[in-house]
Amino acid sequence: MDFRRVKEYFSWLYYQYQIISCCAVLEPWERSMFNTILLTIFAMVVYTAYVFIPIHIRLAWEFFSKICGYHSTVSN
Amino acid sequence: MANPGGGAVCNGTLHNHKKQSNGSKSGTGTKNGIMKEAQQNGKPHFYDNLIVESFEEAPLHVLVFTYMGYGIGTLFGYFRDFLRNWGIEKCNAAIEREEQKDFVPLYQDFENFYTRNLYMRIRDNWNRPICSAPGPHFDVMERVSDDYNWTFRFTGRIIKDVINMGSYNFLGLAVKYNESMRTIKDVLETYGSGVASTRHEMGTLDKHKELEDLMAKFLNVEAAMVFGGCLILSDELNHTSIVLGARLSGATIRPFKHNNIQDLEKLLRDAIIYGQPRTRRAWKKILILVEGIYSMEGSIVNLPQIVALKKKYKAYLYMDEAHSIGAVGPTGRGVREFFGMDPDDVDVYMGTFTKSFGASGGYIAGKKELVDYLRVHSHSAVYATSMSPPIAEQIIRSLKLIMGLDGTTQGLQRIRQLAKNTKYFREKLKEMGFIIYGNDKSPVVPVLLYMPSKVAAFARHMLDRKIGVVVVGFPATPLAEARARFCISAAHTREMLDTVLEALDEMGDLLHLKYSRHRKSALPVLNDEMNFELDD
Repeated sequence: MDFRRVKEYFSWLYYQYQIISCCAVLEPWERSMFNTILLTIFAMVVYTAYVFIPIHIRLAWEFFSKICGYHSTVSN
Repeated sequence: MANPGGGAVCNGTLHNHKKQSNGSKSGTGTKNGIMKEAQQNGKPHFYDNLIVESFEEAPLHVLVFTYMGYGIGTLFGYFRDFLRNWGIEKCNAAIEREEQKDFVPLYQDFENFYTRNLYMRIRDNWNRPICSAPGPHFDVMERVSDDYNWTFRFTGRIIKDVINMGSYNFLGLAVKYNESMRTIKDVLETYGSGVASTRHEMGTLDKHKELEDLMAKFLNVEAAMVFGGCLILSDELNHTSIVLGARLSGATIRPFKHNNIQDLEKLLRDAIIYGQPRTRRAWKKILILVEGIYSMEGSIVNLPQIVALKKKYKAYLYMDEAHSIGAVGPTGRGVREFFGMDPDDVDVYMGTFTKSFGASGGYIAGKKELVDYLRVHSHSAVYATSMSPPIAEQIIRSLKLIMGLDGTTQGLQRIRQLAKNTKYFREKLKEMGFIIYGNDKSPVVPVLLYMPSKVAAFARHMLDRKIGVVVVGFPATPLAEARARFCISAAHTREMLDTVLEALDEMGDLLHLKYSRHRKSALPVLNDEMNFELDD
């Protein structure tokens, strides 16, 4: 029962996406093309985030801690 | 009301006439009496009508999504144009021939691009053929398209009893033949169906004279014509037909912001102070051009203040009452009566018979000199055939009904029913949370949809539920403000309105259309009941 409600909710959400992005008025092949491109871009964003964000955070952390560390050694 | 003269004339086509209208009619005494009474009754409710006109702005995310939707549509449009250009896809749209390719391009502007790529995709929601009278229920012919709306074919089935929320049938007079239309049948039998001549030659019938006299009595009238060296100040949302006519007249046109009195006053002052652009001479005449009810916004013109301005600066006022004649005002006499003003305040009244009267054609009314001039000089009195007699009889019948001359109070009842329906419908829509434009008393109700695909989905779903609506998009409205326009009619019963409201509620939830920030606010009840307590 709950499953059906969830499925309905997702199908409503998909319908909203179609309406807002004009997919509802595009022809089927245009729709698949648009969805493919959008998914590809989204996948690339996720991949880039997965690969690069931890490294960037670590580097930023090191950079800032070095400054604070330098600052504290100077003030000492 | 010192001037009992004036006439109103009408014809099969808009704006022209030629008839000897009898200025002082036998009804002068009664006319003045009625006018004074209306004035006295009118005074109190004039101030209540300084009303609630709301043009609520949509939330920001809606506008962002709308433009995004148009952006995606445009990108796909470019892509498809590219495919069509390179011959990968068959082109169904109009293109120039090979030999014309070196001339100025015909189909490259944005309007054609929009038509080809965006409008075509959702074109099945417009121009739907119907096969019955456009009363409160009507029948729509079912049609499908096999190639994404480039061509249509009829399946042969008919969708019966669709609730009609789109026709300008304000008083419910556009119905199938019923017994009260017997006079029209008689006229058809006596006069035939066509006139076969122009007004100047042999096309003036006694039916036309009767109609013109009746119309003058209805409007209580008696003018400025526009020549060269004249200025027209026109509301920015005036209908294209008015704008074209103004341009043809050869006068200079300056638009002012919609219903904005400060802007109009500023333009008037500038015009009077600085005069004509190069010679600095005074303008011969200044004409203010407004509409009674604006069809896309549902707003009513701010007549008292415009008349005050006009009197102060000695300008003239032309009012197009296409949507408001028969639909507003305690006895249906239009916006002038709605505000309780003097009939001489507006110099030229123009209106149509296609909307509230259920016929075709239009009229111009005003002072006698104006109308006589038009009778002689207008082009269609010379070249176009005059109004067909059964149509003239239908208008006479409708006028008699509205004015109560046929002995019943049916006309007044219809007008009151229209006002009640309008109030109920608008209130309920506001409660549900839709964004609605326009004056609370106007029977034209635009519901804002904003996004182009919502427009298409809305119209299609409503037809599936057997409700016919009119949706309007880009060239007629600004790009981001697509809307569905409902026209309330006196013939709609409470059950029909409830059906429509229920369907709208579900549509609102399905398509997420309830953008208003003022949901379920308790509206102060305006003193509307006072307006309708005329003694009859």
